[in-house]
Amino acid sequence: MPEMATILEVLFIIFKVVVVTMILFSLPLPLTWMERKIAAHIQVRLGPFRVGPHGVLQPFADMMKLMFKEDIIPYKADKRLFRIAPIISMVPVLAAFAVVPFGNDITIPFLNEEVSLYIADMDVAILYILAITGIGVYGIIFGGWASNSKYALLGGIRSTAQMISYELPMSLAAIGVVMITNSLSLVNIVNAQQGWHWNIIYQPLGFFIFFIASLAEINRIPFDLPEDEGTLAAGYHVEYSAMRFSFFMLTEYVAMVLASVLAVLLFFGGWNGPGFLPSIVWFVVKVSVFIYFFMWIRFTLPRYRYDQLMTIGWKILLPLSLFNVLITGFFLI
Amino acid sequence: MDENEEVISTREMTLHMGPQHPSTHGVLHLVLDMQGEKIVKASPDIGYLHRGTEKIAENLLFTQFVPYTDRMDYMCAMTNNLAYVQAVEKLLGLELTERGKYVRVIAAELSRMAGHLVAVGAWGLDLGAMTVLLYAFREREKILDLFEMLCGSRMTLNYLRIGGVRYDITEAFKKKCLDFVLDFPQRVDEYERLITNNRVWLKRNKGVGVITADDAISLGLTGPSLRASGVKWDIRRDEPYLVYDRFDFVTPTGENGDCFDRYMVRVREMRESAGIVEQALKGLPEGPVNVDMPEIVPPPKKDVYKDMEALIHHFKYVSHGFKVPKGEVYSSIESPKGELGYYIISDGSEKPFRVKIRAPSFVNLQSLSHLCRDAYLADVIAIVSSLDPVFGEVDK
Repeated sequence: MPEMATILEVLFIIFKVVVVTMILFSLPLPLTWMERKIAAHIQVRLGPFRVGPHGVLQPFADMMKLMFKEDIIPYKADKRLFRIAPIISMVPVLAAFAVVPFGNDITIPFLNEEVSLYIADMDVAILYILAITGIGVYGIIFGGWASNSKYALLGGIRSTAQMISYELPMSLAAIGVVMITNSLSLVNIVNAQQGWHWNIIYQPLGFFIFFIASLAEINRIPFDLPEDEGTLAAGYHVEYSAMRFSFFMLTEYVAMVLASVLAVLLFFGGWNGPGFLPSIVWFVVKVSVFIYFFMWIRFTLPRYRYDQLMTIGWKILLPLSLFNVLITGFFLI
Repeated sequence: MDENEEVISTREMTLHMGPQHPSTHGVLHLVLDMQGEKIVKASPDIGYLHRGTEKIAENLLFTQFVPYTDRMDYMCAMTNNLAYVQAVEKLLGLELTERGKYVRVIAAELSRMAGHLVAVGAWGLDLGAMTVLLYAFREREKILDLFEMLCGSRMTLNYLRIGGVRYDITEAFKKKCLDFVLDFPQRVDEYERLITNNRVWLKRNKGVGVITADDAISLGLTGPSLRASGVKWDIRRDEPYLVYDRFDFVTPTGENGDCFDRYMVRVREMRESAGIVEQALKGLPEGPVNVDMPEIVPPPKKDVYKDMEALIHHFKYVSHGFKVPKGEVYSSIESPKGELGYYIISDGSEKPFRVKIRAPSFVNLQSLSHLCRDAYLADVIAIVSSLDPVFGEVDK
């Protein structure tokens, strides 16, 4: 018979996994509404307004619609790959949240039990996240390939090249942070930034590179070439419909949240903030600011061309990130 | 090498872009031969919107054809009306009233602004800057409101008629229109703040789709696309029609003949048009707006109900039309897209014997293959947008 404390701990972990997954699955609902509202206000119009007050129920209507749509698989598509591609793209982003800490430990009243606000504190959390989100691009490539459509194929090809060229500067930018804090664990990195010693102060260039590279990683304008409505219609998911399509959309939103979370954890002191609010509130506020920033950029800028994207990745960001690592090394010595 | 092993080599890919594609401005079908993302050859395939407009004209009275011209370049219907009625008036040898000419200038220039707004906005949308489109359509909406005050409809206007215009402009319209054109330059500043100096916008358009002045002339380019290559050719300035010679405006030109210059020419033309409308509104003379020829311009409807003579004229106009003297005529105007010309042959009856339309979009589109040489796939979108074809006009 295991001890009571162990059972409780296992229960807590299961509970945490369920809660985090539920939150991630339901996040796109408010996020789509927010994105449409923000877009509307940037573009001097109202946005969704019919379903519920100020259109807040619009995402639910959209979800219902997507559920009841026919799931079309194109004739001559590689059916098995076509079916699993959205899953391959979605699972890694969700799995990345296993090591994301959301705040300080809290004590649950009545039970008097200390609970940590993360599922796992991995020693190599940064490596884990960078590696596992790299797998997600296979979903896009498979989806583009299996659709048997030239537009989707081009989207897939673009995505491959884009991921390779932007994962490097992104990882190198994160290395700067690792060098300062001497740890790959996200919890330790955040703890090292206590008392306003946010990494953005020591790593402004690193943050700049990290932010641009993550824009490219999550396929947002000005780097949204894999979908590029103007040229490729919808790119890799042009042949997808119904829930399979919505899996791709869900992935995109969760990836955007992940990018914001990482930027906050690595460079903006995580949940550290003035004491009058609980740590998790500070965390959510900072992440929301980043999400808003991503949306703001999307509705302001045009998109780059494929070769220009490559030029920026290899000729500007990569040397800059290496330079950043070098400078950080000098300062540490 | 093993016999079963295939040699993997790169092959050219043929991509059919359109006719159902979000950024081919209607029903353009492009057959693109590509090596990766590079274009080897681009050939436009047109005709999906062909309605036989020129043939239809042969079976209609001269007056009845005006609404059909609305559906040619539906983004700026006024200029189409103008080109057609002007050609017929040239055949008839009509001299318009002063006020009629001014009203036509106001209508045509408002139409040019509306057309360029769509061109710039849709261009932004195609390159990913969605906000520009909605900003541009905010102003276009105001122009359409003005058109609604003018003639009751917003898109297919049918406002101009042979011998004048359908309704005289009112004081309320004058005031609202003046407010609009005075405010308009600030609105154009807004679009420019969004994209003109934007690095991404510059990178996508500078040096893309370059055409030299000589090539542009030999390919028959007209309008903003020609002027962007540095050729100062504007029919309003060089062969003035209506009363354009009385207004003070400059003809903007570009230097490099790339997409960015074509964009800048359009933006500056919008400002000039606002200036022309302002001058025309301030110098608007009093007097009748239509020529005093009851057989060509029917009397006002309220006279028709109580005046026998007016009733007869109206009946004749509607049922028989009027005879146009035998002859051939070519008349062209500077439409937002370029030189819009009508070649009309009349055999002396009430119906034209033959109408040939020189549609600027159609002629401009033939430069597409030339412009797309060695471009990237994404450049094709910018180039198509910079030529600004409207398919009602290309396919006729």
